[in-house]
Amino acid sequence: MLEALLVMALGAVVLGAALGYAAVRFRVEGDPLVEKIDAILPQTQCGQCGFPGCKPYAQAIAKGEAEINQCPPGGEEGIHKLADLLGREVKPLSAEHGIEKPKSIALIDEQTCIGCTLCIQACPVDAIVGAAKQMHTVIAKQCTGCELCLPPCPVDCISMEPIPESVESWKWRYPVVRIVPADKAAA
Amino acid sequence: MNALQRLFRFNGGVKPDYHKEPSTHLPIAVAPTPTLLVIPLHQSIGGPPRPLVKAGDGVLKGQRIGDADGNVSSAVHASTSGTVVAVEMRLMPHTSGLSAMCVVIEPDGRDEWVERNPFDFRAATPTATRDYLRDAGVVGLGGAVFPSHLKLNAGKQGKLDTLVLNGAECEPFITCDDVLMRERADRLLKGAAIMREMLAASRVLIGIEDNKPEAIAALEAASAGNIDTTIQVVAVPTRYPAGGAKQLIRVLTGIEVPHGERSTDYGVQCFNVGTAFAIYEAIALGQPLISRIVTVAGNVGQARNYEVLFGTSMRDLVALCAPLPDTDRVIMGGPMMGFRMPSDDVPVVKATNCVLVGSQKLFPQPPPEMPCIRCGECAKACPADLQPFEMYWFSRARIFGKAQEYHLFDCIECGCCAYVCPSRIPLVDYYRFAKSEIWAREVEKDAADLARDRYEFRLLREEREKQEKAAKLAAKTAAGREKAAAALAEAEKPARTPDEEAKHALIAAALERAKAQKEQVHPENTGNLTAEQRAEIVAIEARRAEIREQAKPHLRQDD
Amino acid sequence: MNNSPYFLKPASVQSVMMRVLLALIPGIAVYVWFFGAAVLVQIALASVTALLAEAAMLKLRGKPVMLFLGDGSALVTAWLIALTFPPIAPWWLTVIGVLAAIVIAKHLYGGLGQNPFNPAMVAFALMIVAYPSLMSQWPAVGFTDFMPQWNAIFGTRQLDAITMATPLDALRTALHTADARATVAGVLGNDATFGNIGGKGWEWVAAGYFIGGIYLLQQRIITWHMPAAFLATLFVISGGFALYDPTRFVGPSFHLFTGGAMLGAFFIITDPVSGCTTPRGKLIFAAGIGLLTWIIRTFGAYPDGIAFAVLLLNIAAPLIDMNTQPPVFGHKRKGGRPS
Repeated sequence: MLEALLVMALGAVVLGAALGYAAVRFRVEGDPLVEKIDAILPQTQCGQCGFPGCKPYAQAIAKGEAEINQCPPGGEEGIHKLADLLGREVKPLSAEHGIEKPKSIALIDEQTCIGCTLCIQACPVDAIVGAAKQMHTVIAKQCTGCELCLPPCPVDCISMEPIPESVESWKWRYPVVRIVPADKAAA
Repeated sequence: MNALQRLFRFNGGVKPDYHKEPSTHLPIAVAPTPTLLVIPLHQSIGGPPRPLVKAGDGVLKGQRIGDADGNVSSAVHASTSGTVVAVEMRLMPHTSGLSAMCVVIEPDGRDEWVERNPFDFRAATPTATRDYLRDAGVVGLGGAVFPSHLKLNAGKQGKLDTLVLNGAECEPFITCDDVLMRERADRLLKGAAIMREMLAASRVLIGIEDNKPEAIAALEAASAGNIDTTIQVVAVPTRYPAGGAKQLIRVLTGIEVPHGERSTDYGVQCFNVGTAFAIYEAIALGQPLISRIVTVAGNVGQARNYEVLFGTSMRDLVALCAPLPDTDRVIMGGPMMGFRMPSDDVPVVKATNCVLVGSQKLFPQPPPEMPCIRCGECAKACPADLQPFEMYWFSRARIFGKAQEYHLFDCIECGCCAYVCPSRIPLVDYYRFAKSEIWAREVEKDAADLARDRYEFRLLREEREKQEKAAKLAAKTAAGREKAAAALAEAEKPARTPDEEAKHALIAAALERAKAQKEQVHPENTGNLTAEQRAEIVAIEARRAEIREQAKPHLRQDD
Repeated sequence: MNNSPYFLKPASVQSVMMRVLLALIPGIAVYVWFFGAAVLVQIALASVTALLAEAAMLKLRGKPVMLFLGDGSALVTAWLIALTFPPIAPWWLTVIGVLAAIVIAKHLYGGLGQNPFNPAMVAFALMIVAYPSLMSQWPAVGFTDFMPQWNAIFGTRQLDAITMATPLDALRTALHTADARATVAGVLGNDATFGNIGGKGWEWVAAGYFIGGIYLLQQRIITWHMPAAFLATLFVISGGFALYDPTRFVGPSFHLFTGGAMLGAFFIITDPVSGCTTPRGKLIFAAGIGLLTWIIRTFGAYPDGIAFAVLLLNIAAPLIDMNTQPPVFGHKRKGGRPS
């Protein structure tokens, strides 16, 4: 009886020590979960989720303080990816945070722009160039389409232009699986 | 001189019906100049060229109308002389049915050339020669339209073992290379000699499928005239896709060039025979690439090869060949890899080796797709030794990472797998879908990474500016107080308390700085301007001042 | 409208399946010659059941019934079940077997192309576990009277006159008894009904399947890898042990020509859906089945081991495939130089 207890106790001690050692030896640096969540988020930095940027939102999701359906630019696909990563339930995009729109970029109407620099200060990715009393313009390649420059503009000269599909960006569609013979389908 | 060439084989491949004969009965004809030419600016791999002309400009034949955008690009030229009617978006010869920027030219019928001068590539540096070819718009004419000047680079070693000229032309129906080799063998060989010299290649192998004995004979006869004894004509077994660049290199040299690597690093480079001809015309005659030979075949009364100016509508071209009444589509390229055109009114471009006219009878709708039974036929037929059915499972399930693990991007989309599939699965469609999704995601990811970096940098910058401001303020305050204290010591009877005095001094200093700053901020790019420009600026400023007045309530004072 | 390739080779799942059925005909003909027409009754019974079950399942799953029914895959499963079950098995045994194969092993896993296990072998394994004695009653060779067989299938079973153990079963039973004096020669050699190769009659049926297998190879429906690896493994291992102790272990000629070996080599293990697909994978897969078949036949409790061997290797097939991916063009040798 005593022997058995001793053996079990010894086993527990040995395994515990091994686990403890492994925890120290193979410690994972940083918080990879936040990085992984951040990698899924679209980096629009628009703040529609209620956090000041994508990273803070990622941190909030990792801590369990935010839902995964608060990112309109990430859309349905983003929610699915987050749900897969975190093992959470897929939810429809929360309406209070906005709706999914086609990807757009900001365009400044240069005739109207008065050079007030307010949009430059609002842009989270420094994608607007210009100086006080100089005409401003958006660097299309760097614009994330966050719309943060729209409200501060005193003359409403910024509009969001959807990015048109071009021959280069065109994507092949998912092949349609036809299981009904064509002649019957047509009839 | 035709030493017995040892041949190798690639795995897989299929033997479809070739249907090549009908279009080889008649010699190449020159297609008539149409009433309107629509020349797309973007006709090659790489950046889209910038337009050099605008509506109303007169152009000459061979005049450059689109300038290469960077080195990975290729120029575009007017195919005939005339007037530019418009530079606008027009329907492209692309399955998507989307439009892109085109130069629309109304020919004047005079067909007047620009000045043409042969290019002395021996006197020029290799870089100058490549720039010349880029500006002559020479691209690969096998269908991939990769800018040729980028490939005419001998690589690290400065020389090349083997230059392979691809005359295999394995796609059914297409005979444009075949007739080119038959009729223009001598000039083609002159082009090959130029390329051999540029690449410092030890030998040139011209690979031709053995179902083209006339072409082989013509090239052999021409090379018997002996331009260059290192050029060998080699008949290769007829098996689709023997004309794939990698497959032909394998058959001729035994070398397998892996995906994503340059063949020059393996001592071999491959060009289409049509490209060799184009290089001859560019270098020896000074003529840029403005036309090519196009096979018109399929559902037509008389299939034939035409020399066609770029920008000619496929509709005009097909009309020359008496299309049959049940025609329902136009395909650019062959039946295995070609692309259905959104309309027959799209221009012939550099990539157009064949205009295949189709009908329901000729290319019937395949029977319904059945589930994959993993029979392995596709793997047996794959010339890239892939496992197509595995790539299909993962592409279909949108598990793109796994599809890539099965080497999705080694797939050359030759269509052999779909050709043999007993379940009639449009396998290549799944691969095209998966590839374009993966590319789109990569673009999105790059954009997100860029945005993240820029956002983080901005946060960093804001933090730094805040600290700098605080430090400056602290320093200034300290300095101000010292000054004030000194002033206080000087003046025996202060009118104000020392603290008040210090504050005033600070405010005065701040005002001074603000004034100085305001002066500095004045526009700087208006120094050397003409009177008209100044007048324009004044007008703009007036307009702005007006707007400012209107917008004043919203604006901060210091703006 | 479809995209390229616009040319397609005239091939279909249906034509593949029909040629497989055609390839089974020689074996079936010999079967009937030696063991009577009961097997044809079983084939008919299994075919009707399979088609009805298939149609019902397709209907339930909302698939186009006529399209998928025409692919012939249900018929192949049905025929294989009829050929692996005893021909005088009661009708309900076959019906339950076919239902298990079509409903459970095939459609519940997603239908054609999705089943991880060979449906015919699932049916065989299920039935031999559930009804071991019924699955072990085989007709005596040469007893081809139709009525007693018909009665055995549909009516009262008066079996003693017409059944006997298969050579494989008899051998295993004798060698497994406590009587240590039983030898291979003692069981097989002294009994004229067993013949000298794989059991009288059975070796000819096996030869019939072999001819069908050659036809499948010629038609390029199967590749040589699986039959060759399976038969070679069975040959080498049984030959080795027979040399070591010929009294306890029976030789390769017996193993290759008895039971389901030949049918299995060309028709069962070659099922592409549940098997391996890479060339090297096929060799490993088939060799594994050969090894397990010999082990189960020699040391196991069931008369034949192919069904269990196939099912065990079916589970391993994805893993084998994953680890035997053939080298991709250009990735074979470092440097891409010709070998």
